[in-house]
Formats: sequence, C-alpha cells, structure tokens
Amino acid sequence: MTTATVTTLEHAPAPSVRAALVDPPLVRGGLIAIALGFLASFLLLPLAAVFYEALAGGLGLYWASITDPMARSAIWLTLVVAGISVPVNAVFGIAAAWAIARFEFPGKSVLVTLIDLPFAVSPVISGLIFILLFGAQGFFGPWLAEHGIRIIFAIPGIVIATTFITFPFVARELIPLMQEQGAEEEEAAISLGASGWQMFRRVTLPKIRFGLLYGVVLLNARAMGEFGAVSVVSGHIRGQTNTLPLHVEILYNEYQGTAAFAVASLLALLALATLAAKHLLEWQIRRTNRP
Amino acid sequence: MSIEVRDIWKRFGEFTALRDVSLHVEPGELVALLGPSGSGKTTLLRLIAGLERPDAGSISFDGEDATERSVRERRVGFVFQHYALFRHMNVFENVAFGIRVQPRGVRPPEAAIQARVHELLDLVQLEGLARRMPTQLSGGQRQRVALARALAVQPRVLLLDEPFGALDARVRRELRRWLRRLHDDLGITSLFVTHDQEEALELADRVVVVNEGRIEQVGAPDEVYRRPSTPFVFGFLGEANWLDSKIDGRAARVGFRPDDLELSLSPLEGHAFAARVKRVQSLGPRAKIELLADSGAVVQAEVPAERVRSLSLAPGLELFAAPRELQVFFEEGSRPRP
Amino acid sequence: MAGSHNRVLPGLGLTLGFSILYLSLLVLIPLSGLFVKAASLSAEEFVAAIASPRALAAYRLSFGASLVAAGVNAVFGLVVAWVLTRYRFPGKGLIDALVDLPFALPTAVAGITLTMLLAKNGWVGQWLEPLGIQAAYTPLGVTIALTFIGLPFVVRTVQPVLEDLEAEAEEAAASLGAGRAQTFRRVLFPALWPALVTGAALAFARALGEYGSVVFISGNMPLQTEIVPLLIVTKLEQYDYAGATAIAAVMLVSSFVILLGINALQGLGRRRFAGAGSAP
Repeated sequence: MTTATVTTLEHAPAPSVRAALVDPPLVRGGLIAIALGFLASFLLLPLAAVFYEALAGGLGLYWASITDPMARSAIWLTLVVAGISVPVNAVFGIAAAWAIARFEFPGKSVLVTLIDLPFAVSPVISGLIFILLFGAQGFFGPWLAEHGIRIIFAIPGIVIATTFITFPFVARELIPLMQEQGAEEEEAAISLGASGWQMFRRVTLPKIRFGLLYGVVLLNARAMGEFGAVSVVSGHIRGQTNTLPLHVEILYNEYQGTAAFAVASLLALLALATLAAKHLLEWQIRRTNRP
Repeated sequence: MSIEVRDIWKRFGEFTALRDVSLHVEPGELVALLGPSGSGKTTLLRLIAGLERPDAGSISFDGEDATERSVRERRVGFVFQHYALFRHMNVFENVAFGIRVQPRGVRPPEAAIQARVHELLDLVQLEGLARRMPTQLSGGQRQRVALARALAVQPRVLLLDEPFGALDARVRRELRRWLRRLHDDLGITSLFVTHDQEEALELADRVVVVNEGRIEQVGAPDEVYRRPSTPFVFGFLGEANWLDSKIDGRAARVGFRPDDLELSLSPLEGHAFAARVKRVQSLGPRAKIELLADSGAVVQAEVPAERVRSLSLAPGLELFAAPRELQVFFEEGSRPRP
Repeated sequence: MAGSHNRVLPGLGLTLGFSILYLSLLVLIPLSGLFVKAASLSAEEFVAAIASPRALAAYRLSFGASLVAAGVNAVFGLVVAWVLTRYRFPGKGLIDALVDLPFALPTAVAGITLTMLLAKNGWVGQWLEPLGIQAAYTPLGVTIALTFIGLPFVVRTVQPVLEDLEAEAEEAAASLGAGRAQTFRRVLFPALWPALVTGAALAFARALGEYGSVVFISGNMPLQTEIVPLLIVTKLEQYDYAGATAIAAVMLVSSFVILLGINALQGLGRRRFAGAGSAP
C-alpha cells in the first residue's frame, strides 16, 4: 500500500486549497456564470461591436476613414494636446509627490484633497470654468480680445481644459508609491555628497519609474480620449479644433456611422494598449517593491 | 473522544509536509505537538481539524472515519495562533457565534445563549468584558476569548495552534498554567502545537516530537526528556553537548546536558575528561561555564552559583568533568544507552 | 516609513511652491471663478435657473439613473470581485485586465457603441424590441450607459479588501459550525460593506457628471431624457452663461459633498479594521 501511495503522489502534487474556504461547486459555477455574463454584456459586447462596425464597410472604407484629411488633422491635434498635458502634469505630479511624501507641513491633507478635486468635477463643468475665465464674456475675455489671443474655441483652450481634467493622475499614483518606498535611499545619497538634482536623477527617478510610467499611461489615455470638456471649449471647428473624439462625434451625427466607428476603433485600440501597458506596469511595480 | 491518525501524507506543491504519520490520542489527554518551524506540526493539527485534506491516510474520531468530513461536521474547537476573532463583533457576540449559527431546531433560546456565554466568560476569567471589541483587548485576553468561543459549542476535541506564541513571556507562563487547570477541570481531549519545549514538557500528558514531516518520538514528558530515541529529540528538548566516540568498535554520538556535568578539581570516575575553563557567565542563581576539553571540544556546563564560588571557577582553571548521565546514539539508528 | 520633519532632503520649497502655484492657477482659480460668477446672480435669477422644470427633470434623471447604475454595479461588482479573487478559471487574467476598460475607453466611443447596440435594430436592441422594451433614447439607455461607466469602481475598490481578508476568520467560523452562506453574511459581508459603499459612491459620483457616454444614447429630449451635463452645454450654446453657471454650481456642490462622504467612509473602513492582533 505504501508503494501505491507514493506512486499516486508523484502524479498529482496539486497546490492545497484551504478546505474551509471552498464554496460548493454549484455556488462557484453560478457566481462565475453571473460575473462572466455581466462582464461579457458590458465589456466584451461593446468592444466587439466597435471593431465589427468599423470594418463593416470593408478595409478600403476603413483605411479611407482614418486617413481622411479631417481625420488626420484630428489625430495630429490629439497628439499635440497629449504631448503638452502629459509632460506638464507629470512634472507637477512628481513635484507634488515629493513634497507630500517626503515632508511634513501644515495643510498637507488639504493639499492632497485639493489634488483630487478635478476627479470630482464633471467634464462639462471642467470646460465651463475656462469659458468663464477666457471666453468672450469671461473675466479675461476683453483683455484677451485686445491682445488678439484666442483661447476658447482654439487649441490653447483645449490644452488647458485637458490639462485640468488629467491633473491628478500622476500625483495620485506617485504619492502612495513614494510614501511606501521611504526616504532612506535618498537620505543616503545626500549624506554621500550628492546634490539635490543628482539625488533626484540617480536615486529617486529610477525608483519611481514604473509608478511614473503607470500614471503617465493613464494620463495619456484620458488626455487623448477626453470628450466632454473639450467639446465645450473647442467650438467644433473642423480641421482646426477637433480632437479624435470630437471627430467621431461629428461623423456619427452626420450619419457616417462606419467612418465614425473606424475612427473610434483607433481610440479603442489605444484603450486596449493602455490596459495592456497598465497590467504590465502593475506587475512590474509589485515585483520591484517586494520587501 | 479518541483520535486515530493513520499513515497520513500531505504535500504542498513540491514540498512534503507530512510523511507517513500515525498517532493515537486517548480520550481526555492533553497532547503537545512539539517541533521546529516547518516540521509539519501545524499541518498535522489542521488536518485533524479538517482545515486541510490529506493526500493519503485516514483520520478517525472514536473509531469512526472522519477523513471525508468537513471541518464543520467534525465538531472540533480550533484556537488560532493569532486568535482570528471577528473584529466587527464584540466579545459576547464572538463567543456566542457558534451557538447562533446552529440550525433553528438545535439552537437554544436567547436566554440560554446569554447564560452559556456568561458562564464561559466566567470560566476564562473575562467576566465584565462582554461588550468590549477585540481591538480593545490585550493579547492574553483575546486568546481567552478565542478559547471561550471554541468551547461554546461543546467540541469533542480542542485543537490549539501555538496558542501562546504571540504573547510575551510572562503572560505566556501564566496562561500555560491556567490552560492546564482548565483542561483538568473540563477533561476535553486536547492537542496543542508549540515550538517551545519548556511549554510542552510543562503542560502535556504526552509529547509528540515532530521533525521534517515525521514523528520522532511519542511519550510522557519525562520519557522524551530522559530517554530520547533520536539525537534530534535530545537536542531539541534541552541544551546538549555532543561528542563523537567509538563504543565497542561502533561509531556513536554521545550527548549530555550542561546541567548534568559534574565538575571537580580532583580526578573523577566514570566518563571523565580533563578540561580548562574558558568563560564563566553568571545567570543569577546559576552560572554557564564554557570549557575547553583536552580533546579540543568545546563543552557547555551549567552549575549552581555557589559551585562557582566553592571551586573558584575562573578562566584558565584546569579541572575534571564527568557527565552524570549520557545518551548514546549509534549511527545506524537511535537506540540510546544510559 | 515616510520622511517626517526632514532636514536632510532638499527641495521642499521648490516642489511645494511649484505645486501650490500650479494647483492655484489650474484648479483653484478656475473653480472659484465659477462660484464667483454664480454669486453674481441675484437670488431670483439663481433659483429660477436651478429650479426650472427643465432643470428639475434633469436632476431627477441624472441622480436617479446614477443611483440605479451605482446600485447595479454594487451588486454585480461584488460578484465580479469575489469571482476574480476566490476562483480560478481560464481567461481570468484577461478578464481582470479588461475590467478597467470603461476607465480607459474614451467616453465618445462608449457612447456611440452603446447607442448602436441598443438601437431598435442593434445587436441587443433587436431582442428587446419584441418585449416592448426600448433602450435607446430613453432613461433606460441612460442607466445602461452609466452602469458601463461605473463598472470598474466597485470591483477595484472591493478587490483589495477581499484579498486582504483574514482566512483564519473564515476557518474559525467554519470550525464553529457556520455554513458558507452564514459565514458570508456574518463574517465576510460586515468587513466588506464599507469598501462596497465607497465603490458605489465613486461610481455614483462619476455617473453624475458623465457626458460623453450618455449624450448619444439619451436622445436629449428636454424634460424627458436630458441629463444635467447636457443641460449645461445647451445653455452655454445659447450663451446663457448665468444659467449654465448656476446649475453647474449645484452640481459641483453635490460632487464635493459626495467626495467628502467618500473620504469619511474610507476613514471609517480604515478605523474599524486597523491593526491585526498585535498585543498592546
């Protein structure tokens, strides 16, 4: 009998599950079915629909839609907006995280709450506040008109509104990360004679790079995909103030459904790439922060 | 209730926690599962509880096979190392939990539940703390709540996983004695896991010494201490000095305890050897002496403080030492000879 | 742990100063600008703007649909979080990553896709039509879109709490005779509900202000399927800045109140389960 027991074991060393935590198979199957059903309807279905509709007119129409001059200018504008708001907010995020994670000062918790504010504001309101400031009837309206500067219904307005919306992303990611990592390494660098910038470049930045990348990825996705705020401040001027999401809207409202979905599919691909990058970076962060 | 463990094997992935383990526990016994971390003692306890399933072998209670029964059905009282109290319930509700989840036909009326819980809280000397939350209690108090909770449903066997491991030394000693008295009053078959040999020897009716997934020896405290069957048991249950030797032409390891060493300035009989004192360390009523034997071996001795004075023990002193009691283990197996 | 009063590390002045400057310029001043403008209205103007029948209908729709969506997400989100944490099944990693899709997908894309799906001849709409259920251009469609938007919030808030649950407590409950359902009801759920409510509140807050995913599917008929953000946009297009600002102020205040509530909930959750059995 001993021999038989040993033989069985060689074939089946399954990882052990705590017996008391096991749910009856019917419950397990049922819950999995409910969860997957819910997710399939709300996630997989729309995702499949985007690509299906995009390709419904054939590859020729797909290609024509995304290389159309208006589409190309929308792509270009989207890239410009992201290209400005991402680095700017990243720098702020690093600065704020440094101040908050490494020092104590009065009003720190207020600062942290304030950083979260844009999250609580509706995108439409995020656009409205800048119209109130820079619009023709806004606080600075007359002054801007005098100097020939256009912000609302022009690219600067779009950039500003997008920057507002995506303001918290990097900070929110870096603050807990840097708090968790602790200051010892940086203190060691200073004690060894490094200047502030050297310490930052050689010690801090490498430590936070994955968290930073993670925040940047999320920031970028939001910056490129923002619709509500941009819709309010852009004026929808074709070829000039339309980002990709706005271009999708225009095509859709003009009943060019397939073209709309074709352009939308680019954004969907961006979303999927974002998810993949996010997943990868989360794994990297967990790995490098293991004690 | 008696417990019969037969030919148990348990693996976690590539790691074998228990190899062919068998054990019998008599009704009403207080048994210690003693061993170093990773020896498999906690795994054995959890298998008996039904919190893990064995890969092979069987577990029976009072002769009935319980191997396939879930932890719910086994009616065991389990006390966890870190108490596992329900943090959102107060002490009363924690203790009452097992009674409250009983099916409606079996569950006693509210008045009876109140009485029983207060009775148990009295038993563990926590009367008056019924309304407190677990976070408001000390470690020792939490452990007693965990015990009361386990006892509430009148289990057939009490299983305790390093019950005092997370407590400081003084509380640990107090609770030890208290647990022994409790056991004597209630008479429930009890198994507890510990890595502290002093605890096992002080508390248990029988000690099960576990190492690397195997049971090395089972016996009364005196037996495993004085008549260890393997070098591991000898070394684990107390401080040990080791000498390699040949006896009747066979290779053997000889062990003796520091406090079994007779020191004298004049030659001794028996297995005596010459040595020089290297270090004298005072420990209050006793002292630790480090000796360098002529053979080159370093030997630890422990003597009462007044012996240090009477022999004027100091580094450099040459003397004779002879163990009063020896454990001899031959290479092939582990048959000691006094 | 975090650096306390730190004389060693440089940069406090620079980073803090920059942060406060940036925060004020980009966030505080624009937001206060809104309240200043709102305050410039007379009391009657203000009330007229925020309490017009059209506005009231919009509040009802926005708050109502957001509440329902948050509720649906609370229930299903819990199931999803449980399944992802406790069970193993093929494709689990992929599904786990996909949960964040509503977070990553541009709202306009979600908007047109959901509309297409739920329209009368859409993939889903065609099944609902014979049942007499119309989803597109109705409050139902709005609710469905808001459910999509809020999906990740409950799941991602509950997941970490589920993962951190003490397995021993469940084992203790089982050893004391509790069945799985009893253990869930008495031991697990009490530990989970702060996170659940927090996640639902986050989903609610997000849904309240949502524009892109909803504006396509709602049909935007005043008094019927007009959400508050759209009402604001419409007023802006009509150059009724005052009216838009007034309603925006109401929305903003509600959002801040919800934000405060969420912070309080998170604090409550942390306090209740602070510290794991360390002897004082």
